[in-house]
Amino acid sequence: MKQERDQTHLLEMYRLMRLARSLDERMWQLNRQGKAPFVISCQGHEAAQVGAALALRAGHDWVVPYYRDLGVVLTMGMTPREVMLALMAKAEDPNSGGRQMPAHYSHRKLNIVSHSSPTGTQVPHAVGIGLAAQMRGDDIVVWTAYGEGTSSQGDVHEAMNLAGVMKLPVIFFCENNGYAISVPQRKQMGVENVADRAAGYGFPGVVVDGTNVLEVHEATMAAVERARRGDGPTLIEAKCVRLTAHSSDDNDRTYRTAEDLKAMKAQDPVVKFETYLTSEGILDDATKTKILNEIKEAVNDATKYAEAAPLPDPATVKRYVFAE
Amino acid sequence: MPVITFMEALRQALRDAMHADERVFIIGEDVVHYDSAYGVTKGFVKEFGDKRIRDMPIAEAGYAGLGIGAAMNGLRPVVEMMTTNFALLALDMIVNHAAKIHYMFGGQFTVPIVFRLPNGYGQLSATHSQAFDNYYAYIPGLKVVAPGTPYDAKGMMRAAIEDPDPVIFIEHTGIYSVKGEVPEESYTVPIGKSNLLRDGKDVTIVCYGRMTPMVQQAAEKLAEEGIDAAIVDLRTLRPLDMEPVIESFRKTNRAVIATEEWTSVGVGAEIAARLYTEGFDYIDAPIWRVGFDEVPMPYAKNLETAVVPHPESVIDAVKQVLAGKTQRIRQQ
Repeated sequence: MKQERDQTHLLEMYRLMRLARSLDERMWQLNRQGKAPFVISCQGHEAAQVGAALALRAGHDWVVPYYRDLGVVLTMGMTPREVMLALMAKAEDPNSGGRQMPAHYSHRKLNIVSHSSPTGTQVPHAVGIGLAAQMRGDDIVVWTAYGEGTSSQGDVHEAMNLAGVMKLPVIFFCENNGYAISVPQRKQMGVENVADRAAGYGFPGVVVDGTNVLEVHEATMAAVERARRGDGPTLIEAKCVRLTAHSSDDNDRTYRTAEDLKAMKAQDPVVKFETYLTSEGILDDATKTKILNEIKEAVNDATKYAEAAPLPDPATVKRYVFAE
Repeated sequence: MPVITFMEALRQALRDAMHADERVFIIGEDVVHYDSAYGVTKGFVKEFGDKRIRDMPIAEAGYAGLGIGAAMNGLRPVVEMMTTNFALLALDMIVNHAAKIHYMFGGQFTVPIVFRLPNGYGQLSATHSQAFDNYYAYIPGLKVVAPGTPYDAKGMMRAAIEDPDPVIFIEHTGIYSVKGEVPEESYTVPIGKSNLLRDGKDVTIVCYGRMTPMVQQAAEKLAEEGIDAAIVDLRTLRPLDMEPVIESFRKTNRAVIATEEWTSVGVGAEIAARLYTEGFDYIDAPIWRVGFDEVPMPYAKNLETAVVPHPESVIDAVKQVLAGKTQRIRQQ
């Protein structure tokens, strides 16, 4: 029974990772077709994102993601249709109704709050959400994410310091893919691991292989338990790979060698997990085909739905400046 | 009616709000152990405990962001920035987040937060004696208030805390000790309503915050000389209510705008522009502005005195307007 449950769990992990990848690939196609002005990718981060998000209680815990976290928001319950509506800035998009850039995920019902584009600014918000929960005695965990580039921001330091002082139920999740757009990690920081900095805030810092979904999941579960016990924050650094340019506005061939990309592709987390599941006899050809077909259908449906959906009505452009 | 100081009026409103709504809490630097930098919330820790009055590390952006997060998650934070000058470190949080979260995410989240920004001068020199009222008044999504009387201070603080949107509450430290009649009971003064403080037929003086009591003094002196000045206290800088200003201007056809800021590109410039666009048919003389000389604030008392506005500056500007003189603003 337990084995069966575990297998279902592992296949769900796989499905979510594949879904994130397929949806992401479709977004790039739409961008190149001129149908989506801006794409920023999760490719290479799927294991980190799905592994972490599955440790949280969807719609109960709060998630304060950053722009790469497609895998996270899908795991928390955002639908492919909702993602595509945001990409195309359609009226029905629950994230913003066409007011905010895509990938700035926000969904009230799912307790997803996002950032504006200055990176790292979402991290103090996560701490404030945690403080409100602590003051009310709510049994929640706040999970927030950012890249290693953003870990240089003062806001991130200030937020972690505050969370350490107040022992807040916040998990800081750094998705380190080695690049801050074009700047390699060695030019961003004098330490090898972002997680090493946790010592300066008085809580544990953990380094995990961000291409290994199971390792990330286990570390996040431990951080969640620690937070729920009232012991305070954890900083998890997931070493990821970035398999695309920074965004659709970027050409990474100007600063990244073919060898570097090749080495990162060899660590593709989706392929790695697929190989693992196959070798363990958990994923057979029939199951794989079924999952992939369902995903293809979902991505096609989302694309079609969003393309047909109406644009926001310009008559509504002045709504939401102030609360109604 | 009791006569109390501006500071006491603020304290009463904050205290009333803390009692009325347990979601209200105060964060800032030196609000617990020091009992608040200027003493506005003196005694609050004893009354409300250190769970609702919280000292913050010196990290303005961090705790401004923390306040925003807490507001999104259902609380009503009052964030005390020790001074307006330090709030510059949190400007991104205020401008890019507090102001825009409601709009950017299609109305899903509200950010009911009050940023208290004491400003002013008094031999504190260049980086500690500034007014950035126009920075905030420029931003869609913010409400910006700057009361000039104890009555409005109490009513607007209560209104700010109850407001569903982020409110920048500008408190001029130079009027903390100004006294006025303030009812004992709790009340609100609406945000977004300017107030005709004094009617007059010769000139309309527009002001807010610290300049309000100064303009009142000036108007009294002008009256002694037979000049009948109207005073419109803006009270709110965004959303700006020009109606009482235009209404008075229709009668006086002359205006002086007295604000404590560098004159160029300031709040006063917006008021002047609106008078020209909305009140063009009634203009009989150039509109004058009174503000700081456009230099970083000097330290020496005599130098400081030389660059800030006084009641005499207002009186002089009124006389220039009545004489039909044009004004030349200098940026040195």
